[in-house]
Amino acid sequence: MDLAVILSVLDATIRLSTPLLLACLAGLYSERAGIFDIGLEGKMLAAAFAAGAVAAISGSAWLGLMAGMAVSLATTLLQGAAAITLKGNQLIAGVAINMLAAGMTTFLGQTWFSQGGRTPALSEGGRFSPITLPFANELAGVPILGPIYSELISGHYLLVYIAFIMVAVTTFVLYRTRFGLRLRAVGENPKAVDTAGISVVKQRYQAIIITGLLCGLAGAYFSIAQGSGFGNNMTAGKGYIALAALIFAKWKPVPAMFTCLLFGFLDALQIRLQNFELPVIGVVPVQAIQALPYVLTVVLLAGFIGKAVGPKAGGVPYTKER
Amino acid sequence: MNTQRPETAAVPQPANGWAIELEKINKRFGAVHANKDIDLKIARGTIHGIVGENGAGKSTLMSILYGFYTADSGTIRVNGAEANIADSRQALALGIGMVHQHFMLVDNFSVLENIVLGAEDSGFLKPSLNRARKELDRLEKEYALEVDPDAIIEDISVGQQQRVEILKALYRGAETLILDEPTGVLTPKEADDLFRVLETLRAQGKTVILITHKLREIMAITDNVSVMRQGQMVATVKTSETSPEELAELMVGRRVLLRVDKTAANPGKTLLEVQNLVVADDMGVPRVKDVSFAIRAGEIVGIAGVSGNGQSELLESITGMRDQKSGTVILNGKPLSLEGDDGAARARQAGLAHVPEDRQRMGLVTTFQEWENAILGYHDKPAYGSGAFLDIAAAKKAAADQVKLFDVRPANINLKSSLFSGGNQQKIVLAREMEQDPDVLIIGQPTRGVDIGAIEFIHNEIIKMRDEGKAILLVSVELDEIRSLADRILVMFDGVIVGEADPATATEGELGLMMAGINKTAPRTIGIAEQGPLP
Repeated sequence: MDLAVILSVLDATIRLSTPLLLACLAGLYSERAGIFDIGLEGKMLAAAFAAGAVAAISGSAWLGLMAGMAVSLATTLLQGAAAITLKGNQLIAGVAINMLAAGMTTFLGQTWFSQGGRTPALSEGGRFSPITLPFANELAGVPILGPIYSELISGHYLLVYIAFIMVAVTTFVLYRTRFGLRLRAVGENPKAVDTAGISVVKQRYQAIIITGLLCGLAGAYFSIAQGSGFGNNMTAGKGYIALAALIFAKWKPVPAMFTCLLFGFLDALQIRLQNFELPVIGVVPVQAIQALPYVLTVVLLAGFIGKAVGPKAGGVPYTKER
Repeated sequence: MNTQRPETAAVPQPANGWAIELEKINKRFGAVHANKDIDLKIARGTIHGIVGENGAGKSTLMSILYGFYTADSGTIRVNGAEANIADSRQALALGIGMVHQHFMLVDNFSVLENIVLGAEDSGFLKPSLNRARKELDRLEKEYALEVDPDAIIEDISVGQQQRVEILKALYRGAETLILDEPTGVLTPKEADDLFRVLETLRAQGKTVILITHKLREIMAITDNVSVMRQGQMVATVKTSETSPEELAELMVGRRVLLRVDKTAANPGKTLLEVQNLVVADDMGVPRVKDVSFAIRAGEIVGIAGVSGNGQSELLESITGMRDQKSGTVILNGKPLSLEGDDGAARARQAGLAHVPEDRQRMGLVTTFQEWENAILGYHDKPAYGSGAFLDIAAAKKAAADQVKLFDVRPANINLKSSLFSGGNQQKIVLAREMEQDPDVLIIGQPTRGVDIGAIEFIHNEIIKMRDEGKAILLVSVELDEIRSLADRILVMFDGVIVGEADPATATEGELGLMMAGINKTAPRTIGIAEQGPLP
């Protein structure tokens, strides 16, 4: 394989990892605060739909993004009300969100646009376009480093850069700020937080608000950046893979980034390998290749992770009693 | 109420004034009147003990003071000024700090992070951590409370963790420190260290409120002591003018025998023999390392040790709940096969009964009715049914007999087990195991969380079993309990039996050193050993 092929696979890796990474970081805030979040998928899907629909109607990608984040946030707060305030089962609250999103997006899509649940294809201004970083074209001619900069690093959507910047931001917030200290504490031992005079409920809501906003970014990425309009079930289980990545990364931001890049790479490879003639075996059926990232996810999670111990208070609603 | 003594009259207006004054505090939880018209005054710069049985209302009262609950009525004065404490933040602001029985620490945080949590100066952590490090240094020097600020909580000992809790309160400017059952998890040595710290605190003018059920500790360290019973404050006395016997009587409302009354053991033939037992925990780490001992009919062998030194794994292995790596258990001359999921059932069939350490997790199904728990583990016996069907009438009859014999209250076999008090739950488990007439009885923590009155009863039942010629193995973290019940004491440290002692002659100091893994024959430590037990 020459440099161009490698670069194109890596370029696809970055594109495909971005929604995973945003969703994974979203889950990190929630789970570090002690709220298991299996509803990442549903929130992304709802955001993708809202972003696609609003962008299609208004013709503005920015309005679409806002709508995606707002809908994701509203969904998160609904989930939070069930899981935090009403002390419901967190898994069931998350599953309910997933089912609600799957049904509502198709139903509303069909009712409003009559295109089989899809939103209309977006015009030029309705989606984000790739950003060319300074000097990308000028430096393209420099051997090796030139193409890496101009093709791999430059030329992505704004949301891609936001996702990777969020890794650094999250690391800082988690380990260097008062908010992060309390967030981690509330996921490990909420009683300690309560007796220190801090509201556990407030702290957990603050965490899931961030989760909602990040899920909104991830969802919008599908419909108004990577894609051009919303399609049925367009998140295709990425929310669950993000959750798997979060566990694989042991709830830490930088490992989460590398895990998401790995999953993104497998996905990129899968696309590349379709119709590719392997020695001895010949052409592998498309379905088998497409299943590859998912199979590897299972293998990685089952085989290489060791014992993943999550936040100790995860999954348990906090009740103030002694 | 003939034991009632004049309240507070015994404590005159103190020289330094009152740190805390509670007046007519009332708190109800539904039908339960947890605190009835409580009056309590605590002099500044003293150590004030509060004793009472479980459910007497001590914790509720302290929770009101610490802002965890709000009183239904009553007045709280802090340093003479009326205070309205709505949450723990306000309590902290008034200089009231609390060291909870179960530490309120985040296990994977450093000492410093735990100290700062909730008392940060600003949005960014760095300045807070730096200030805390300096302040900690000063506090450590002032109160001789050494801890490594960068150590992770789960890596340090329980005694050290408790220091972190105390430092946390001091860092927040606590003038009055409430300690809830602080010695329950400590070795005797660590408890001594804690008392030294408390004395230093008192010398520096701080006020300490000590909640405990160990009367010996009250006598050793407090200036004044208040006794609670059934939600009421029954007495406040100067410690120097009372005795453990009087306090126990005030707590229970009747005369209690603190010492176990027993005759010398009359051991017969060996009933249980454990040879070269090796047991690993869930992570595969060996916890019991080549342990051998024997118990004869008519004797009680106590295993002493700080919790977490392999006692739990030893118990679980002998009773068939945990597979052993190697070794043999011989019951009544026959090797006992304990492997596999039905090991516990085979042990019971062979005549080895087991009262597990944690009655709520292992001894009972708390959502069951009493009678269902009364046959649990023996439900396959022909007496309680045939084939797949239970003979419910027979089971209920057996349960009713047990309840009567062991004075379980309320005597209602249809009541859900979780609704019984800790002591009565323990009686349910003991009754079930003892009434099956086993050869060997293995008991873990017989009186953990059990009231003084029930302790007396349970101890007497255990002695009665012994005198009937049963072999009894007793594991308890309460050294006093082992010393008063056992005929022989084995001390376990780090999975090994490090020594055997005669309860009649061994001092607490000697046992404490063995429990800490210090070989008492090593010359370096003789000086400490000679300090002997607490005053």
